[in-house]
Amino acid sequence: MKPFDYVRPATVAEAVAAAAQPGATYLAAGTNLLDLMKGGVSRPDRLVDVTHLEGLDGIEHLADGSLRIGALVSNADLAHDAGFARSYPAVAEALLSGASAQLRNAATVGGNLLQRTRCAYFYDTASRCNKREAGSGCDARDGENRAHAVLGWSESCIATHPSDFCVPLVALDAIIEIEGRNGRREIGLDELHRLPGDTPQRESALEPGDLITAVRLPPAARDFAAHARYLKVRERTSYAFAVVSAAAALQIENGKIKEARIALGGVAAKPWRARTAEDVLKGVAPTADAFQEAAWRALTDAKPSGDNAFKIELARRIVVRALTLAAAGTPARLPALPASPFASTSGAIHA
Amino acid sequence: MPELNLTSAPANLRHGSNIGQPLTRRDGILKVKGQATYAADNHPPGMLFAVMAVSSISRGRVASLDVTAAKRHPGVVDVMTSDHKPPLAVDPEIKTNPFVFRMEVLQSDEVRYANQPIAVVIAETLEAATEGAVLLAPRYETLPALVGLDAGKSFVPPVVGVGNPTENRHGDVEAGLASAEKQIDATYETPPQYHNAMEPHAIVASWDGDNLSVDMPTQGLMLSLGRIAELFGIAPDKIHIRSPFLGGGFGSKGFLAGPQTLGIMAAKLVGRPVKLVLRREQMYGPVGHRAPTRQRLRIGADGEGRLTALDHHARTVSSTFDDFYEPAADASHTLYASLAIRTSHDAVRVNTGTPLFMRAPGEATGSIALESAIDEMAWACGIDPLAFRLRNYAEVEPITGKPFSSKALRACYEQGAARFGWAKRSLQPRQMRDDAGHLVGWGMGTATFPALMFQAEARAAIRRDGTGAMEIGAHDMGQGAWTALAQIAADGLGLDIDHVEFKAGTSDLPDAGIAGGSAHTATAGAAIHSAGAAVIAKLADLATNDERSPLFGAGNAGVVARDGKLFRRDDESRGESYAEILARAGVAEVEARGTGAPNPAAMEEYAMHAHGAVFAEVKVDPELGQVRVTRMVGAFAAGRIVNPHLVKSQLFGGMIWGMSFALHEEAITDRRSGRIMNANLGEYHIPVNADVPPLDVITVEEHDPHVNALGIKGVGEIGITGSAGAVANAVWHATGVRVRRFPIRIEQLLTQS
Repeated sequence: MKPFDYVRPATVAEAVAAAAQPGATYLAAGTNLLDLMKGGVSRPDRLVDVTHLEGLDGIEHLADGSLRIGALVSNADLAHDAGFARSYPAVAEALLSGASAQLRNAATVGGNLLQRTRCAYFYDTASRCNKREAGSGCDARDGENRAHAVLGWSESCIATHPSDFCVPLVALDAIIEIEGRNGRREIGLDELHRLPGDTPQRESALEPGDLITAVRLPPAARDFAAHARYLKVRERTSYAFAVVSAAAALQIENGKIKEARIALGGVAAKPWRARTAEDVLKGVAPTADAFQEAAWRALTDAKPSGDNAFKIELARRIVVRALTLAAAGTPARLPALPASPFASTSGAIHA
Repeated sequence: MPELNLTSAPANLRHGSNIGQPLTRRDGILKVKGQATYAADNHPPGMLFAVMAVSSISRGRVASLDVTAAKRHPGVVDVMTSDHKPPLAVDPEIKTNPFVFRMEVLQSDEVRYANQPIAVVIAETLEAATEGAVLLAPRYETLPALVGLDAGKSFVPPVVGVGNPTENRHGDVEAGLASAEKQIDATYETPPQYHNAMEPHAIVASWDGDNLSVDMPTQGLMLSLGRIAELFGIAPDKIHIRSPFLGGGFGSKGFLAGPQTLGIMAAKLVGRPVKLVLRREQMYGPVGHRAPTRQRLRIGADGEGRLTALDHHARTVSSTFDDFYEPAADASHTLYASLAIRTSHDAVRVNTGTPLFMRAPGEATGSIALESAIDEMAWACGIDPLAFRLRNYAEVEPITGKPFSSKALRACYEQGAARFGWAKRSLQPRQMRDDAGHLVGWGMGTATFPALMFQAEARAAIRRDGTGAMEIGAHDMGQGAWTALAQIAADGLGLDIDHVEFKAGTSDLPDAGIAGGSAHTATAGAAIHSAGAAVIAKLADLATNDERSPLFGAGNAGVVARDGKLFRRDDESRGESYAEILARAGVAEVEARGTGAPNPAAMEEYAMHAHGAVFAEVKVDPELGQVRVTRMVGAFAAGRIVNPHLVKSQLFGGMIWGMSFALHEEAITDRRSGRIMNANLGEYHIPVNADVPPLDVITVEEHDPHVNALGIKGVGEIGITGSAGAVANAVWHATGVRVRRFPIRIEQLLTQS
């Protein structure tokens, strides 16, 4: 493969300086990056290995009731942290529905946020792809695009963001802590990923050298713990990306929804927060009609980008189901088949 | 297999004779410990690494390659291209028989499919070779690609499959349809599928003058040997191939593949040993695949649900430069009695690597369509699908009228249905739900696969120390040949299995034929059995002609071999050990050869097939369309079962593949470029553990005196047939939605809620 420099900085400041150079990229677990390098999709000149940086692998309860998750915490460690799963069950369920056990053991929180699309034309270097090579064109637009975006896409790019983890995170208003050349800053997760517009090659709000150091869940995020689910429809029971997924989180008081959170996965270039749908639910009873109305609102702006009109109808149904499951209450234990429509099927022993 | 030493493991202790015992696989511990040496594990001194550059277009020519840039890369030793390569002794485009397949080994700059090899970079390290291949930065002159089942004008191929007639008839199908009370006219589509053996095609090749040493996985040692000898113009005895273990083959390793030939060429070019291993995505092109099909079934039935006509037409594809035609419609020859049957095929040529045999070629694709259509007809007639199949049970082979050599299918239906609880099935679809509100459906399919035999030879020896040896160039692709064939050898030699040195997996041993067509155990087993009998006969001669022996005068027919001794058949108190006989005779060992071959007279007389019945339960989310198989029962009758443990594993694997066919597997081809867009195991979906439900396999007792001396029919492929249709039919029964395009996708089940 292409020769590259490998550096292992001792501090975050050194890491930022090393990664700010053109052609440099951060390496964490590499569960996505190494495949991209092997396929010639990414050809970095320098890998800045952040896995040895200190202080980025903790799960920390802050005084204000927030939870701070270090960027190097593995997906598996986070999902299996009992306190975490109790307080943020939809996030744990999403984590456990992603990838395979081996990948979850390696993959990190920060890396998950920055994983690249699974659009086959992005991976196929012989295809035109505006994301991979700005201005080259999009071969997905008229290609095999049944899995592509139905929300927020542009003629330049119809790719989707594949993360499960990000979907409940964006629903819960997660905050991203970033170290950059100009010091520390933070942004909402919803602002991290960009819609493609005319510049699909710019996927996030990060600047060269920016390092995600932590994900923070605000105090309000745990108020949904009693009614929070993640639901993921996929083409096999495990080790598959979502066709469409949804996170639903509710606060129910006196038979009325005090607050609702809804986000969709697999439908757009970013985890898709459905705020207009949330508004519909505020103050109403958690009924099937209300959920249908919310689902319609969530997909109002959806349009097919190819052979994928079914994803719009599927997304509506998933929103309804996720809300229904959330209203029924978070199960005492995470299901054996996390996020699966068959989560409640008895006899399943693993995912 | 000298590395093996499992004699004291309790799991390997046996009772009684060897055949029929559920021995655990003898190579299992080696594999679990990572000590089984696969081809790519070999590293002869001085070895270089070769990496193929493959075409990203599917039709046109390579206009340029930046060989200079590749060669400049540190570690790159040479770049083999169509302009710079060792000569071959014969043109690889010449077909001396239909089973010599054309291969792309840099003979021209023409590109005929995506992922075709266009250069090979040879370097000191894998990394350098890999980057060298990237630096070639090929430029192409591109022509419009021919893609899909409607790519061009169709034609009728001269033969399909293994030289089968393109069309077969029995009775008058049109008359049968005209007289029918009920008619079905349905079209089913199956996608291109790729073998995806866990072990990629690999080769380590070393030349020493005119001698060639090769490590490579192959399902056909002698076929490969012959092809290498021909291509490189060397005598077969100058070539030594080692293939002790295959990480799966499924038909893709039956013939020497183009990339393996390139590895041998590369070694010749640089004068050093070379290893070439395909990347996963490079397995989607030059090493075969299962072609897509579109199958139209027209079926007629009378008022009682008896078939009056079965018309099965299959459209498939082949490459633009060679001929292999998936014989999908032939699945309708064997299973159901009908007044009239017609099967026919046509094809179009597309820019693809040539399709090839893939586990149950023809039967797998044809079975899912036929079993779906039979299910549709049963519903049209208002008859339970099992009752409908029994009503149309074929007492003789429908297309030929020949009697079956044996057929325990009724017992398969009965035992499978009983185990599954089929009697409680509702006739109407969409009637059952589980506690969680999921739709539940039950479906079934009939399984069938021909009982084939090829040619094989084995060498047996009995040694002075009382032990035996059996040598045969057999192939273990994971199916368990090291174990099952050794069991047959032990019985043939009248020895405990631990007293038999069983050698297999190299080309210097007697020809075992090909490990394909579900015929390896039958073919190699017959040769082993006959070699064993021959060497025992020689040993018996020594004893019965020697007046000092207690067996003197017994005559060959009057002696039995057991536990390392010969006994008089009429008086088992009189016997003598092998060691004693040989010691007295002053002979180090006796040896003999035996052969296994089809019996033309029996084949003329009888139709020979294995059969089975598969029952499946699926659950479907009524709103979201996701499907989950929750139960499968398969009952199979396949003659003598040599090792029930291994046979069950084979059948489990087949049933899982059938489920995969119905629900998961599909190569997605870009309709414009002809490139496969999911050429990796992340996106080319096969079932993962979480998809596989509890599986139940019943092996139904069946004695077949005609197929071969041991009565073995083979189990390698039959598990797929029947299973795919059973799952598809269960999806219909759950939802009421009949999906005729496979794999069944979520969106096809979203139509109702």
